[in-house]
Amino acid sequence: MNTPIIERDQQGVGAVENGSGAKASLHGTKEDRMKIAKADYLQMYYYLRLTRALEDRVTVLYRQGRIAGGAYTSHGMEAISVGYAYALHADDVIAPYHRDMGAYLVRGITPGEVLAQYLGKRTGPTKGKDGNVHLGDLRRGIIAFVSHLADNLPVAAGAALAFKLRGETRVVVTNTGDGGTSRGDFHEALNFASVRKLPVVFFCNNNQYAYSTPLHLQMAIRDVAERAKAYAMPSEIVDGNDVGAVYLAAQRAIERARRGEGPTFIECKTMRMHGHSEHDSAKYVPRALLEEWKKKDPILKAERILREWGYATDSDFQAVQQRVIKEIDTALEFAERSPLPEGPEALDGVYADSEREGLA
Amino acid sequence: MTTATGAQEITYLEAISQALDEEMRQDPRVFLLGEDIGVYGGAFRITEGFQDKYGEWRVLDTPLSESAIVGAAIGAGMMGMRPVAEMQFADFISCAFDQLTEVAAKNHYRWGAAVPIVIRAPYGGGIHGGPFHSACPEAWFFHTPGLKIVAPATAYDAKGLLKAAIRDNNPVIYLEHKFLYRRIKEVLPEEEFVVPIGQAKVVREGQDLSLITYGAMVHVALEAAEILEREGIAMEVVDLRTLVPMDTDTILESVRKTSKVMVLHEDTKTGGVGAEIAARIAEQAFDALDGPIIRVAAPDTPVPYSPPLEAFFIPKVDDVLEAARGLAAY
Repeated sequence: MNTPIIERDQQGVGAVENGSGAKASLHGTKEDRMKIAKADYLQMYYYLRLTRALEDRVTVLYRQGRIAGGAYTSHGMEAISVGYAYALHADDVIAPYHRDMGAYLVRGITPGEVLAQYLGKRTGPTKGKDGNVHLGDLRRGIIAFVSHLADNLPVAAGAALAFKLRGETRVVVTNTGDGGTSRGDFHEALNFASVRKLPVVFFCNNNQYAYSTPLHLQMAIRDVAERAKAYAMPSEIVDGNDVGAVYLAAQRAIERARRGEGPTFIECKTMRMHGHSEHDSAKYVPRALLEEWKKKDPILKAERILREWGYATDSDFQAVQQRVIKEIDTALEFAERSPLPEGPEALDGVYADSEREGLA
Repeated sequence: MTTATGAQEITYLEAISQALDEEMRQDPRVFLLGEDIGVYGGAFRITEGFQDKYGEWRVLDTPLSESAIVGAAIGAGMMGMRPVAEMQFADFISCAFDQLTEVAAKNHYRWGAAVPIVIRAPYGGGIHGGPFHSACPEAWFFHTPGLKIVAPATAYDAKGLLKAAIRDNNPVIYLEHKFLYRRIKEVLPEEEFVVPIGQAKVVREGQDLSLITYGAMVHVALEAAEILEREGIAMEVVDLRTLVPMDTDTILESVRKTSKVMVLHEDTKTGGVGAEIAARIAEQAFDALDGPIIRVAAPDTPVPYSPPLEAFFIPKVDDVLEAARGLAAY
């Protein structure tokens, strides 16, 4: 897709509060939601479904022992990355983390490429050099994820600095988990971006667990958004399972950044429904908590809203589901028939040639 | 100081400033970022006056955040800029270790994204800086595929290698030796020049033994070579200039010529660059050797502060002489 979604002059409702105090907008108002055109909401719904279908297939492949390494999903958190990515322009840039499959897909990474990456095939975006969700492509405005959480936050700030230096109105969106906000790079990046009013939006997927560590052992504050206060950075808290709410919050922050008003921090409240990776049964998470959040599933929520607003019916949902399953089948066929790299290809690409390449 | 012909002699420090100035003038993508480099002109005055000339944004004063400095350079570099980041002292590069080894070094290998950045790192001892302002950090990064490392010993190379580093499409750690900043000077060519990355230089010819070194130790080696010559020992001195990618051919050529070799560096001995050089020689030119490969390096301690301690710590001419005489006797 990658078409501009939002016109520059179209601003979201609700001014972002400045510095002190996050603006709680859990369960965005109906007024908020009516800001979203039917075609856009349906398109986001499609991406939610595509992300779910793709990652469900990854889980199956993992259990079948067909993935050599680890597998990480955004199951139950798809609305965050779909929502923020959908709010961007084609020439904007993302620096996602490992629960942002939706953003890859919205930015044009194909399910075939993702599955090829998981299977270690040469047709994956890293040609087998890296696995699972560690992929990027500057032509599609995607900075590849680094496992060391929050490493890409200073990098995102630097990309935003480049845009500012050149007088461009491009914006960078980056994301990390609640655990990632404990790292020094998180704080260095937010501080630097705020001091220099860089056009970058910092998302936090607060899914309440960093591997097995619950939020209360990760930080002594209740809301991650409080961290932004220390950097005089405006922040918002949104329902991370409401794709429309995420989209509108992203849109507000992105357009604010585009206007040169600096960075915003957005905390998305959600729940990690699978283990840290697919090998992890996550027995340390209370079952009741998972049952409670299952009812808040972002796809179910989107369907309720689409129905309520008269944007779609159950038969539309079934059609989308059939479509995405077909897409994933085709993608898997592509990945499976793709060649594996030859061993000596391990030696390629440590250094860039003197000719410039792959630069945005 | 001017020479008889009226040409201006340029210090090592001025050569670095000139390289930055020329590249910034020619290429709008080049910009500088670091702590105290703007208003103040840098802890060593390398960028004095730059902000007046190029503005606040191209000579960007940053918070005290080495990781963010390097991370931001990486991000800007991937977006088509040519950032030159300054570590105020090379010792502080440890705070940016992760950004260098995990992000900068691996991006191109993993997903084809070039990271054209330069990290300027004022390094080395001899200035009574103590354990946190004197280190030679090259071995940390020497072991990391994906990074390039240069370490000029002369004003000419300081200028030419910095220009080459800025134009390179890879992350380059530029080790500038603090002890040399104002102590050495030479007349530089009027016309523009670069020194290609990856080329060592035989800075003194000899046939009795070879000394492989880089940075400030080049001058120690040359001083020792003068003395040895009076004793009838002709020592060849190879200045590596670039540590990664290493010019192994020039090293081996010298070793095959002299059959005896010593490696000298200011960094501590164990696991240092010299160990790798010795290993390459042993693997690839064992048949040419007439004696053991000798390493002269700092002892395995932090860099001490007090002048007699520091003087003991840093390899000196006498250390080289002693090793050379022993080696020549084989």
